[in-house]
Amino acid sequence: MAGIVGYGAFIPRNRVTAEEIAKQWGKDPAAIRRGLLLEEKSVPGLDEDTITISVAAGRAALERAGVDPQRVGALYIGSESHPYAVKPSGTVVAEALGIGPEVHIADFEFACKAGTEAMFVAFGLVESGRVEYAMGIGADTSQGAPNDALEYSASAGGAAFLFGRQHVLADVVETYSYTSDTPDFWRREGEFYPRHGGRFTGEPAYFRHVTAATRAILDKTGLEPAAFRYAVFHMPNGKFPLAVGKQLGFTREQLEVGWIVPTMGNTYSGSSPTGLAAILDEAEADDLILITSFGSGAGSDSFVLRATDLLADRRTRAPTVRSMLEGRRRYLTYGEYAKYREKIILNA
Amino acid sequence: MPSPRYWREIPSRYRLEAAACRGCKRVIYPKRQVCPQCGGVEFEATRLAHRGRVVTSTVVHVAPTDLQMEAPYAMAVVETEEGVRLMVQVADCDPSEVLPGMEVTLEFRLIRKEDHGGILCYGHKAVPVE
Ligand SMILES: [Zn+2]
Repeated sequence: MAGIVGYGAFIPRNRVTAEEIAKQWGKDPAAIRRGLLLEEKSVPGLDEDTITISVAAGRAALERAGVDPQRVGALYIGSESHPYAVKPSGTVVAEALGIGPEVHIADFEFACKAGTEAMFVAFGLVESGRVEYAMGIGADTSQGAPNDALEYSASAGGAAFLFGRQHVLADVVETYSYTSDTPDFWRREGEFYPRHGGRFTGEPAYFRHVTAATRAILDKTGLEPAAFRYAVFHMPNGKFPLAVGKQLGFTREQLEVGWIVPTMGNTYSGSSPTGLAAILDEAEADDLILITSFGSGAGSDSFVLRATDLLADRRTRAPTVRSMLEGRRRYLTYGEYAKYREKIILNA
Repeated sequence: MPSPRYWREIPSRYRLEAAACRGCKRVIYPKRQVCPQCGGVEFEATRLAHRGRVVTSTVVHVAPTDLQMEAPYAMAVVETEEGVRLMVQVADCDPSEVLPGMEVTLEFRLIRKEDHGGILCYGHKAVPVE
């Protein structure tokens, strides 16, 4: 059976706390923490972008797989912050990973869902036998407008998944996608910050798509929520994934390991994929895992995975998500954060 | 760093490709035609491990225009496990903490942006080991 043969994640080491951002705009930090369930978020350095995050995550995935990069026949990167408007992120990432030139590459975009989209296509090509190995990456260095609710969550990071048919660490049992035209969040060409439909981003967008995709994949597999050891839903803030999980019949315990948003923030295309990486860091053989992403515009991809007995040994070959969240960090002031995110304009 | 030169250097910049001399086993980075140690001309392709140690370092306070936002930052000569020395920026730390003997890993980073909407130049920087 085709599945994940290697995975890796990367989260930049800079952090800014919700409290620091709240103070800047005269908001009550406790209300933000309580309302959004966010403590801090990762911030990319001036030298970090979707390409560098993808390379770090991709290297870890190849190390865990122990696969010669020359055998990787497809590489897809999902992001809404590709550094170039024209020129793929994937070509740089492939060169850095030693993949290609015999490789199919594309950059994907679908707001926060682009990562699972890349995984979906990579998996499909491997399952069909078209390529031997394929990598799907979700990574972002997202921006929220200053003093917007998104500023507390928009963060940086990503995860890479290598799919193959041999020495699988987690079998892909089933996939399902649910998509409709929903204008809940967008950024027009040339605009610097995205815009969103406020409360409209909740019920008709996030909740509708995540529940529809999840219910359908449960139906398709004949599995009950109780059958799963772990589940992860897209994490635009701390609150939504817990609420949607509860609505679908999952317990807090099932969600806890993948619910990394309070200290990572929302890494957009990297959000639920990095949550999945955190789960693979802990899962045991035969554990069932559910992941449902969400991308504005809008759509959700669901995967049901089953961990194999190879996972425990292979995960030791690269750093865990927790080690990146709890390891050495640098806390930035709002001023430093504004500089890092290039919100300060200098004379040319 | 004009674009064609940057493009030619992709193997050594992106993948840390080096050459191991068949005669004396010395690893040379970037690759050369003749081994500086034994004069050998036969090499095997190899890639540097992403780990090393700071040999010496300095802190740059007055940076070139395109690195002004990064100043102050540390530049260091790092010796990799293969005994190769390369000059790299040290990222993700307080530059004053970068001292000889410090263990580092080499991470893929954006090195600079060419002016006037030019290309993005990537390569490796050192990061202190956790
Ligand atoms: Zn020699």
